[in-house]
Amino acid sequence: MVWLMKPESVPEKILVMFFAIALFALVVGLVLAVVDRPKFPKWVPVTGYLGPALVLITFGLLWPGILTIRNSFMDANETAFIGLDNYARIFTDAQFLTVLRNTLLWVALVPTVATAVGLVYAILVDRTRFEKVAKTLIFLPMAISMVGASIIWKFMYEYKPKEADQMGLVNQVLVWLGLEPQQFLLVPVLNTLMLIVVMVWIQAGFAMTVLSAAIKAIPDEIIEAAKVDGVTGMRLFWWITVPSVRPAIVVVLTTIAMGTLKAFDVVYVMTGGQFDSSVIANEFYTQSFNRGQPNIGAALAVILFVFILPIIVYNVRQMRISEGER
Amino acid sequence: MTTARTLRTLTAVASIAAVLAAGACTSTRAATTPAGSAGGSAAASGSGDCAAYASYGDLKGKSISVFTSIASAAESKPHTDSYKMFEKCTGATIKYEGSRDFEAQLPVRIKAGNAPDLAYIPQPGLLNTLVTANPGKVIEAGAAAVKNVDTYYSPEWKTYGSVNGKYYAVPVGANAKSFVWYSPKKFAEKGYKVPQTWDELIALSDKIAADFPSAKPWCAGIESGGATGWPATDWIEDMMLRTVSPADYDAWTTHKLAFNDPKVVNAINMAGSILKNDKYVNGGLGGVKTIATTSFTEAGLPILAGKCFLHRQASFYQANWPKGTNVAENGDVWAFYLPGKTTDVKPVLGGGEFAAVFSDRPEVQAFQAFLASPEWSNEKGKATPNGGWLSANKKLDPANLAMPMDKLSYQILTDSKTVFRFDGSDLMPSAVGAGSFWKEMTNWIALDKGSQAVADDIEKTWPKS
Repeated sequence: MVWLMKPESVPEKILVMFFAIALFALVVGLVLAVVDRPKFPKWVPVTGYLGPALVLITFGLLWPGILTIRNSFMDANETAFIGLDNYARIFTDAQFLTVLRNTLLWVALVPTVATAVGLVYAILVDRTRFEKVAKTLIFLPMAISMVGASIIWKFMYEYKPKEADQMGLVNQVLVWLGLEPQQFLLVPVLNTLMLIVVMVWIQAGFAMTVLSAAIKAIPDEIIEAAKVDGVTGMRLFWWITVPSVRPAIVVVLTTIAMGTLKAFDVVYVMTGGQFDSSVIANEFYTQSFNRGQPNIGAALAVILFVFILPIIVYNVRQMRISEGER
Repeated sequence: MTTARTLRTLTAVASIAAVLAAGACTSTRAATTPAGSAGGSAAASGSGDCAAYASYGDLKGKSISVFTSIASAAESKPHTDSYKMFEKCTGATIKYEGSRDFEAQLPVRIKAGNAPDLAYIPQPGLLNTLVTANPGKVIEAGAAAVKNVDTYYSPEWKTYGSVNGKYYAVPVGANAKSFVWYSPKKFAEKGYKVPQTWDELIALSDKIAADFPSAKPWCAGIESGGATGWPATDWIEDMMLRTVSPADYDAWTTHKLAFNDPKVVNAINMAGSILKNDKYVNGGLGGVKTIATTSFTEAGLPILAGKCFLHRQASFYQANWPKGTNVAENGDVWAFYLPGKTTDVKPVLGGGEFAAVFSDRPEVQAFQAFLASPEWSNEKGKATPNGGWLSANKKLDPANLAMPMDKLSYQILTDSKTVFRFDGSDLMPSAVGAGSFWKEMTNWIALDKGSQAVADDIEKTWPKS
């Protein structure tokens, strides 16, 4: 039974996986069976259902979270409290201010552009002959992992000198147009925008899918009534479609905003946070694990948390409001 | 109704994402699977008698876990093969595990109480961090290991494995970095001579620039994923060794000499006279700024295409030439010693790996002593048929090293006239040596930041304590 704890070959690992799933099913079944007996007092089923989740959240999320917050007030060796020094450094050091600026750029641009692209696309292909193909095309990037997408785009931006054969598509186009090839990932601010393009490319499919579903759910009578009143084209879009799918837009915007704040893969793979292109999530990893400054990393994580918190609150509120409307 | 559908879509999307994430996890796991000491047969090593192994005692049934940053099966085989004789003669089992995420994983494993028995630590700076951050977790080297290091290594190698006067880690590999790669064929064609002084090197660069208007004399690249910038720090270290005394170099790596001292700025400027000179770089790759985005593994390749003539990189760059390239004194590519101001002193920059232990069990102590012994160095040489490895062990027989480049490096490293100095960034605290030094050198190239500004900003990040 040693291999059960330390599987080495592939079949062993698959067996262990099945074993784990079976164990999980068994435990859940047991909990359900026990909890369902009506003769138990009420607290038994309540603990049965909530207990495991509570334990996991406490030890898997709350406890590490509290430790992170504590560490953000300590020195690099995590032995002495130094108050707000870590935060002071982040908000005064030019290097970290650049990181904060980039993060703001990301969170301002990715959700809005991705949602706008998704919305316009959803309306353009709505009820056309090639709707399914068109939707699949823009949804495909979602199926590619972030790391995969980043590598693809790194090749798209690849630079070779003008006299050499180009490898990157973008620079090849520039050369065809008779322009100089550019190092897109090297020049600050431009490089952040170039990374944002990748994130938008990934997220637009998600926005399109959700918004398309919402558009299809607009009752036909509303559209017809508007058309009878002589509303068409852009006015129909602004006055009928957008207000009708507003809750969906908010959900999409906030969900993408949360994903964007946590964006790590794109930056890590494409520039490694070099050339002033780092964002909080990437910098937090670099500081914690590469630079031996877990305290700064913890402070960055806390800042990220504080940034995301209002968005989550807003997201949940909106969901509740739209559920109430139903 | 709208929301109901929306939510359904959201759930579908979330589950797709979850599946993708799970897939990513599996592949990460696969990369870190133990390479296993069981697989593979020792072709070149594992033969010979057990007399030299008697002192380690009978370790039958004991097992020792080894953790390194060398993960792929092909790269880890020379390591597992080099333990074969030890396993055969003592009866111990070595459990080898490599991870590409070693530097991040090791501290986590130590903190979690799940430390390996022994780990290959690539930088003395990391050893220092581990020892200071985890009091009592890194175990001092045992008497047998110390005796081996004292006997078979020159004294400076012992200082690299020491922290605060206590000796921890034994050397398990070395490399020499002060090399300039070139094409002996092209040099012979044009009648160029290998330069013996810095001035000759600059004169040669000017001559090449004039002779080949469509090429550049130098090529360089410092991109290396999360470690981008390190090849540039090697340049600065080599320039330091050529402009200041060895004592000043030591003062610099220990922060007794400030990082923004005029001596350091001067060295950065000296490197800049080549690296930031549009007439000299970047052969076959573009302008100065392409250095920042060119992978260090590919930076020397334009030499083969005749687009570039000189490339400063360590001995281990021999592994990066394409298959079929003849790496030899009269072959396609070879390296010469990066000259200093005069021919009288020959400072050499180098690096190495060190094995530290996290357990005081006798078998672990014995294994650490074995790694410091001539037996292991020779076994390792034999077990590395493709070359790219050497140690500074005085009793290592150069005949056991496969490649001419390794033999040359070994000869330079053990030459009594050489002034050897360890890679400075590896000695500095990781916030500098694996952080701001890399980052600022990248900015120095990519954003054309000034030498003084770069030195000032690195100085600011030196941990106070």
